[in-house]
Amino acid sequence: MSEEPGLRNRIWRSIFRTSLSPSTERERKRVVLNHLVLHMRPVRVPERTIPFRHTFGLGGMAATLVGLLIATGVLLMFVYEPTPERAYGSIEALRREVRFGGLVRNIHHWSANLLVFVTFLHLLRTFFTGAFHGARQFNWVIGIFLLLVVLAANFTGYLLPWDQLSYWAITIVTGMLGYVPLVGDGLTRLARGGVDIGSATLINFYTFHTTVLPVTLLGLMAFHFWRVRKAGGVVIPAGADDDPARRPDTVLFVPSLLAREFVTGLLLVAGVMVLAVAFDAGLGAAANPGMSPNPAKAPWYFLGLQELLLHFHPTWAVVVLPGLALLALLAIPYLRYEQPLEGSWFVTETGRSMAAAGAIAAFVLTPLWVLLDEYVFDWSGWLGGLPPGLAEGLVPAVVALGLAWILIRLAGRQYGGNRQETLEAAFAFAATALVVLTAIGVWFRGEGMALVWPWTP
Amino acid sequence: MTADQRDEREVVDDGTTRRSFVGRLWLGLGGLALAEYVWLVVEFLRPRPVSAEAAGVLVAGPVERFDPGSVTAFPAGKFYLSRLPDGGFLAISRECTHLGCTVPWMADEGRFVCPCHSSAYDIRGEVVSPPAPRALDLYPVRIENGIVKVDTGRTLKRRHFEASQVERA
Repeated sequence: MSEEPGLRNRIWRSIFRTSLSPSTERERKRVVLNHLVLHMRPVRVPERTIPFRHTFGLGGMAATLVGLLIATGVLLMFVYEPTPERAYGSIEALRREVRFGGLVRNIHHWSANLLVFVTFLHLLRTFFTGAFHGARQFNWVIGIFLLLVVLAANFTGYLLPWDQLSYWAITIVTGMLGYVPLVGDGLTRLARGGVDIGSATLINFYTFHTTVLPVTLLGLMAFHFWRVRKAGGVVIPAGADDDPARRPDTVLFVPSLLAREFVTGLLLVAGVMVLAVAFDAGLGAAANPGMSPNPAKAPWYFLGLQELLLHFHPTWAVVVLPGLALLALLAIPYLRYEQPLEGSWFVTETGRSMAAAGAIAAFVLTPLWVLLDEYVFDWSGWLGGLPPGLAEGLVPAVVALGLAWILIRLAGRQYGGNRQETLEAAFAFAATALVVLTAIGVWFRGEGMALVWPWTP
Repeated sequence: MTADQRDEREVVDDGTTRRSFVGRLWLGLGGLALAEYVWLVVEFLRPRPVSAEAAGVLVAGPVERFDPGSVTAFPAGKFYLSRLPDGGFLAISRECTHLGCTVPWMADEGRFVCPCHSSAYDIRGEVVSPPAPRALDLYPVRIENGIVKVDTGRTLKRRHFEASQVERA
């Protein structure tokens, strides 16, 4: 007679209907199907998508960071008070009086900044592996919206400490909205909840930061992941001896991919922990509406935009150029390509060369343009009489974009690239230009936003 | 002929059946409900009017207190009272027209210089160095019995400085 399982055992088995430490292949398949968390993953994955260097685990890292952000964000909500009178004091109290308060805030801070960075890298990875064709077309668009939500969440959180840094960064960025034609002033007032930044701004930003944006983010993430599943998982790198008639070799999700994802996630969390312990998020002087610090800068991920403001008329720097960039991003999956290329990094050898050429060109030309515009170009002087929107906006923008376009066409001819390969050159050019502009904004702009060397005191 | 078929045969010229009409009606009602919700959101986020005490007439002081060619800050009213070398008055907003930073008066340079993007304005609030797109905003100045008063409830936007903007004793 076999022994009846005990009560504890029976309860356990009622919750986890499959062994959590599967030993046979059958159990490894069943655990994926029967587990609430794992059931959204596939049972088998193509073997060639497994290596870390194929995706660098960036999407998973972003999801891990969102988890960290929610866990720490909820804790912060217990202490933070969203009024101009109490906001700064409550952060001070958090750092001084709450055990681990500073640490939890630091984890939130570093996760948030890393999330912007990782999301940007994820965008690059997706583009350069050509993972935006066919079933992935719309998931690319969802990804762009996820990037926008991540930026919005970061930006709304930036105001909450209510110190000089946050107050003036938000002043500048909401001021940028004023340059949208016709509705600009209304948009600025809407974003600030009034003419000036005050209690209405703070409660609006707080509500967006703690409810509207996280819920939107989670919803879009679910949509994004589901679409990846529907597309048959991540894009599969091409092999040398591919037989289109044969399906790619697969391995079991448990343990091959799960173990890798688990290790990536753990290392990331450990890395964030090290950052949070080593580098304090800081808290400047309390916000003083009467005194702008010098220099006053936007959050680092908008410094590329702020740098554009130094070179183009605001309507162009704030509305036209970013608007065109966003439209171009959204259009990428819907352009007509001779043949959709996807799978390995840069999709072809020509694509790799063209992307490198685009990146190098932008790395040289962007700083050159910034220097020339600072010391040589005098658009208003040369085009005396033209309104500033044309002289400082349309003309330099057309010259800059025109130069970039000509260069990319020349590169296309030089390398004999098809449309997607040429687009890789353009994308690498634009992404590098953005990185360079951001770096200039972060390190090379000093008092009065004058160009300085980062090491000059 | 079944009831269903008869239903499908009640066709208006443009191919609308009773079923498709009712379907569209439901869709329209759904759209209406969505629009109502959007309206609610807009109403909740619409900036509420500022309280009357925050904006009003600020008494700056007697005319003689301000030397010609001087700029005096009034932090409570968020403006500078600028007395031009010829004796005229301007109440100049401290908010940079570029992106809204607070511009300090640099007495030694005789200019307002924005710390954010280094726009500069002269004592009249006129742009002397971009990227500021237009002159600093003004508040209406009144001089009654030798006392300078500034109405901070009304902002006067302007492109350039004009002589008519100056208030004289």
